[in-house]
Amino acid sequence: MTALEYAKAFLVGGLLCAIGQILLDKTKLTPARILVAYVVAGVILGGTGVYQHLVDWGGAGATVPLTGFGFNLAKGVREAVDEQGLLGVMTGGLRASAGGIAAAVFFGALAALLFQPKDKS
Amino acid sequence: MKNLHRGKQSVLFDEKPAILAHSAVGGKREGAGPLRRYFDYTSDDTKFGQKSWEKAESRLQELALEKARSKAGLRNSDFDVLFAGDLLNQCISSSFAVRETRIPFLGLYGACSTMAESLTLAASAVNAGYARRAAALTSSHFASAERQYRYPLGYGGQRTPTAQWTVTGAGCCLVGRADAAPWVQAATIGRIVDLGIRDANNMGAAMAPAAYDTLRAHFDDLSLAPEDYDLIVTGDLGELGKEIVLDAFRRDGVGIGGVYNDCGTMIFDLQKQDVHAGGSGCGCGASVLCGYLLTQLETGKLRNLLFCATGALMSPVSTWQGESIPAICHAVAIQAKGR
Repeated sequence: MTALEYAKAFLVGGLLCAIGQILLDKTKLTPARILVAYVVAGVILGGTGVYQHLVDWGGAGATVPLTGFGFNLAKGVREAVDEQGLLGVMTGGLRASAGGIAAAVFFGALAALLFQPKDKS
Repeated sequence: MKNLHRGKQSVLFDEKPAILAHSAVGGKREGAGPLRRYFDYTSDDTKFGQKSWEKAESRLQELALEKARSKAGLRNSDFDVLFAGDLLNQCISSSFAVRETRIPFLGLYGACSTMAESLTLAASAVNAGYARRAAALTSSHFASAERQYRYPLGYGGQRTPTAQWTVTGAGCCLVGRADAAPWVQAATIGRIVDLGIRDANNMGAAMAPAAYDTLRAHFDDLSLAPEDYDLIVTGDLGELGKEIVLDAFRRDGVGIGGVYNDCGTMIFDLQKQDVHAGGSGCGCGASVLCGYLLTQLETGKLRNLLFCATGALMSPVSTWQGESIPAICHAVAIQAKGR
């Protein structure tokens, strides 16, 4: 792990987040819509192979944001189709992202148990 | 029977229904704002010792009623009717707050216009002799309103620049017959105005046309002009909505700027308190009226006040279905004693 890798990850991840912030401030899109749009964009860019270049260059900066989740879904489907044929379209996405989904549910439940929301005032 | 209706939308109160006592309750942020010393009670605990935000909001109303009652030296049994409403589904803040009081209760929904709506009805009941004493009560809470209209706080959603900050606060006015108190002189009942704004994060712009509509009606119906008031306030338009109202009157060639303000821009320090476009919610207009403004009338710093509470009448479902925001504004004219 070199400093350059960190810098690249910061740039790619930061850029993706900055686009989200601009969408929040300048459009009427709700946070939930932006979130879904990011996942769908990741699927499309992942399916067409564009996102792979971003992952190769930016590493975790590209895989950690929501677009990375979409990319993972697309990649999982492609691998499952190669192994099992057409059934992989249905199974591949969730199999590839199972770790992320389970972790989100687990840590979400853990955080809800440990913390109470506060009203920021 | 005497006719007290004037013009298209206005009524006059000829029996001088008086505001016997009033109280304002607020949360931590309100207690740090420019109007902090006019609150009867503020709490650093925004849950007000309760388990949920919804219970906290009910507690706000209980406190507002208690404080006003004790100032007037009155008991619950002294009231013939209580008008109250809030922003939560089925108006639970109000019905849960008043369930122990045993005061005859009429629940209202007027969104953030509820303070003007309830005060108009309380003054009407007292003026007509249907009640010897009536109470008007409303509240809002930042955290329960976020859950109701946008996202629960735990979701951690981001706020847009036009978003307003729902005031954690409640206001209560007790109305009856008395000489030594500010009295409710007239009211203008608003019509729904909907210019097609769909952004639930930009309620000031959605409500401003309703405020303009009601103000015009008030001036026309009662042959008045803005100069007849020392102060005209809207309830919770915020910075953006306030500008829209000023613009509309400027286009008409009517000077209102000198006497016009908005409670949403008064209750917080917009530069220092990070509330974006200003305060909003039933509790915004209610606590500014029942704290700061009525005190100004009692101490003679204001003589004639026009209080115009504005409400955005959408629901979460109508927002999801892409409907626009119907808005309303009711105006209540309150005069200082001794005239």
